[in-house]
Amino acid sequence: MSVAGEYRRLIWKRISFGIFLIFLLILLSAIALGFGAYQMSIGDLFKAILDGNPILWNVRIPRIITAIFVGASLAIAGAVMQCILKNPLASPFTLGISQGAAFGAAIAIVYFGAGQMHRVGEALTIFNPYAVPIFAFLGSLISAFVILAIAKLRDLSPEAIVLAGVAMSALFQAGVMLIQYFATDVQVASIVFWTFGDVARARWIEIYIIIAVFLLCFIYFFYRRWDYNSLLAGDETAISLGVKPQRIRLEGMLISSFLTAVCVSFTGIIGFIGLVSPHIVRLVIGGDYRFLVPLSAIVGALILLASDTVGRTIISPVIIPVGIITSIIGAPMFIYLLLRGGRNVRS
Amino acid sequence: MLEVERISYSYGKKDVLKEITFSLGRGEMMFILGPNGSGKTTLLKCLNRILKPQGAVYLEKIDLNKISPIELAKKIGYVPQRGEISFLTVFDAILLGRKPYIRWDVTERDIKIVEDTIKMLKIEHLALRKLNELSGGELQLVLIARAFAQQPKYLLLDEPTNNLDIKNQIEVMRLIKNAVKEKNISAIVTMHDINLALNYAEKIMLLKDGKLFAFGGREIINEETMEVVYGIRAEIVKYDGRFVLIPEI
Repeated sequence: MSVAGEYRRLIWKRISFGIFLIFLLILLSAIALGFGAYQMSIGDLFKAILDGNPILWNVRIPRIITAIFVGASLAIAGAVMQCILKNPLASPFTLGISQGAAFGAAIAIVYFGAGQMHRVGEALTIFNPYAVPIFAFLGSLISAFVILAIAKLRDLSPEAIVLAGVAMSALFQAGVMLIQYFATDVQVASIVFWTFGDVARARWIEIYIIIAVFLLCFIYFFYRRWDYNSLLAGDETAISLGVKPQRIRLEGMLISSFLTAVCVSFTGIIGFIGLVSPHIVRLVIGGDYRFLVPLSAIVGALILLASDTVGRTIISPVIIPVGIITSIIGAPMFIYLLLRGGRNVRS
Repeated sequence: MLEVERISYSYGKKDVLKEITFSLGRGEMMFILGPNGSGKTTLLKCLNRILKPQGAVYLEKIDLNKISPIELAKKIGYVPQRGEISFLTVFDAILLGRKPYIRWDVTERDIKIVEDTIKMLKIEHLALRKLNELSGGELQLVLIARAFAQQPKYLLLDEPTNNLDIKNQIEVMRLIKNAVKEKNISAIVTMHDINLALNYAEKIMLLKDGKLFAFGGREIINEETMEVVYGIRAEIVKYDGRFVLIPEI
């Protein structure tokens, strides 16, 4: 077979993997719909969906959609950060971007009146869905710029940049604690939300915002896929291919921080999805960003949905927030990546 | 025609290039020689705006700063000294050479060009391997293939024969020379191997401490310049119609 023929076959393999993942996601969504304190068979499910069953439409469906889009968002944010920082350990969580967003959200809640809550069933929700993401974005930007600045000024190793992320996280956590210390009980309760990432909180309006922001960011990242591939070849080669590395880096960092901030605003801090998902895709289909961006999105959605379903059912009727589950799965994976040596698992 | 007028470059306070002036016509092959740290790589990087020097560079009479990055990438290809280690396959990595031409996605024509380049460099067996699995020499061939796939008018190569065995050195030099002659490309090559340069170069530039020490044909490589530029005693002998430099050891 010709070289081009073999290459086309390889491309088909990657596409087939994507189709397989989509199929898996549909299957998992169906399972997640049926499972829970109130069990349903597949046959009952279809009927219940059409009948407008309130458990499905008010609890499970919003939850599943949130898990899918937040998982996908964090995963593509991680995939892009790993490329633009040339750092396999980069992700919204490990760089302190999520924690910065949580700090911003805490300020919005306590000082800018976004702190009133109301109860919907089991979940507490926060009013004013717009103020929180804006402040979360500003908070995430602090981390983003600090990381960008150190990555640019000092040619630090991937591990050192992650350590800087750890420092930023500690700083923001101290900030959040300080705000809590002076806050009212109600405000403290709503801030504590961010310490447990949870996909049950988002209401339909917030889900629409998450979906819209995800789609816009996804289109941008996908549009930039050739630029990201060029950056893998190093800045000098990228320049010689007509790419502007500084601009791609700045835009990528801003947009992935914004995407992270929106997710954190509505679901709190969910760790490790952004770190792990791109690596899983890389292991299977390699580092080509044409496929890495869309497939990381699907894998991120799968992991978050699977984690949430496990958290919901493992000691049902008690629901464990999904952020705890992803950390239990993700932390060992993170240590594994560290042991393999940051440099060898280059994005 | 590439015209370079008094370009200088410094890293912080250290002046690496000092007022270099030269020009190179289409279809010419030029070698930049000089000791380690004499500014060879820096000069190369100033010619396609990886670095922004003082002074002026004109590409076909147009100021380099007035050409958009994409247009510049269509005109000048660059082979860096060191390759990247990534999870891209060789085919994907060479396909990147088509980046300046891609609008939304690669076309059949791009795929065909990459396939032809792979055949030309005889690296079909590597096509679907990942870059992180390649040896230094194999990676070097991929970088050269990428620059060829870019179909530039000017080719800048930073020590392209590094890491290559003697057969591949000859093969790569032959490919570059053919491209220069058949496609009317201009190539600028930095190199440490003076013997290779003596046998392929039409023009040679000798750099010493960031300054242009000599510029001309192969006659500028002689006992005297070797002693002044490299600090070695050497003899240039003609053997079977070819020139060979024999250093005293």
